[in-house]
Amino acid sequence: MVEHTVKAFDEDITRLRGLIAEMGGLAELAIQEALEALVTGNEELAQQVVDRDKKLDRLEGEIDAMVVRLLALRAPLADDLREIIAALKIAGMVERIGDYSKNIAKRVGRIEGRGRFEPLTLLASMGELAAEMVHDVLTAYAARDPLSAREVIERDAKVDAFYDSVFRNLVTHMMENPATISSAAQLLFVARNLERIGDHATNVAEMVHFAAVGHYPTDIER
Amino acid sequence: MVTEPLSQRSNAEPKMRARDVSVFYGDKKAIDAVSIDIPSEYVTAFIGPSGCGKSTFLRAFNRMNDTIASARVEGTIELDGEDIYKSGMDVVQLRARVGMVFQKPNPFPKSIYENVAYGPRIHGFAEGKADLDAIVERSLRRAGLWEEVKDRLAESGTALSGGQQQRLCIARAIAVEPEVILMDEPCSALDPIATAKIEELIDELRGRYAIVIVTHSMQQAARVSQRTAFFHLGSLIEFGETSQIFTTPRESRTQDYITGRYG
Ligand SMILES: Nc1ncnc2c1ncn2[C@@H]1O[C@H](COP(=O)(O)OP(=O)(O)O)[C@@H](O)[C@H]1O
Ligand SMILES: [Mg+2]
Repeated sequence: MVEHTVKAFDEDITRLRGLIAEMGGLAELAIQEALEALVTGNEELAQQVVDRDKKLDRLEGEIDAMVVRLLALRAPLADDLREIIAALKIAGMVERIGDYSKNIAKRVGRIEGRGRFEPLTLLASMGELAAEMVHDVLTAYAARDPLSAREVIERDAKVDAFYDSVFRNLVTHMMENPATISSAAQLLFVARNLERIGDHATNVAEMVHFAAVGHYPTDIER
Repeated sequence: MVTEPLSQRSNAEPKMRARDVSVFYGDKKAIDAVSIDIPSEYVTAFIGPSGCGKSTFLRAFNRMNDTIASARVEGTIELDGEDIYKSGMDVVQLRARVGMVFQKPNPFPKSIYENVAYGPRIHGFAEGKADLDAIVERSLRRAGLWEEVKDRLAESGTALSGGQQQRLCIARAIAVEPEVILMDEPCSALDPIATAKIEELIDELRGRYAIVIVTHSMQQAARVSQRTAFFHLGSLIEFGETSQIFTTPRESRTQDYITGRYG
């Protein structure tokens, strides 16, 4: 990419992109560790996930402030404008992904009789899918790659399908083992959170596409 | 060159139409085969780096280049379908229909009243003093200057502030009922408040006159125009809706220029 005549502007944009990458890394880790804590019943790890979420909130606040400053001082246009608007929205979406992971971590202590739960392994796989989407969409962001972003969007259907199957599985489980209803209900929420993470990764991918080419992937190709 | 189709009223005839226009200073080509339509319902902005030929091209629309001995224009420019370079064209009449406002406000060293009354009088627009008074008042009102000067019409135009002088020049252009107003960096000598007043005025005049504005300020082009043309080295690189040019330019040269990545 051609550099700006005003070098400090390039530095600002590089810093902004660095902050997004940092948020993405934290969000991905949060999903993975929340799922690991859930599957193994590691409440200490779960607490770490909950505590670390504050860092995501703080980074989002930093990005918000930086975007306001850049809009005011640099009056960005064209791809610069799209880049900065995308950063603002992506930061909000990644922060939400962190919140969903935190929600999952908070349920770790409420699951009883882990060994008997086949759906837990399903959730672990679903979590992997969601974490991969988050990882790959941030790679697409870093590379300003609209094609990889589209590829991530297509994967959301898989997560949705997974959610349906986990849902059916858990409902069956509850009917057959009424004693586990309370724990299984917790897992339903977990599955729901993972499905929402997939949706947010999709939204991030749409913003990556927008920043790169100026329109959303659903718009008619010009 | 990439041209965005005019979205609305695309079958409306453009007020002015330039086809394959080249402008030379001696042997040097300053504008190279530019074609563009100027609609009457929009403000059109010309942007581009210094020396790319914006002023040269703008001056071709009312034959101001005729006053430069070395300048030569090729191609055709039409006003309402009529070739303005055809032989027998009344250039004085043309410049009344296609008025111009310059970078530096240039009121005559005469009274405010005379500055505005001069054009209508020589073009025989007014029948008597009362008529002329009415034209002066209407023009100053449209230029947003009436309230500020109505009690001092006999004072010299050059005694006004820079921003007021520029609005006086706009009133002077308006007084002869032009169809097109060309503005060459009309705010570059003005402070931000005076600039905002001119921009507001341009917005009010939009629709009544076809307006073309040359500006070196991206923000100004974005604020006042609906169509933006980007010029580079004498060529028209991209012409489209202003919002498209400033959010998703199609040409990388446009993008590099408006985002400050230009050489
Ligand atoms: N009167 C003139 N005589 C000779 N060359 C001129 C004259 N006016 C402008 N030029 C040249 O024509 C080119 C375009 O100039 P101009 O139209 O003033 O550009 P812009 O308005 O985009 O800054 C420049 O290279 C400039 O030096
Ligand atoms: Mg100029």
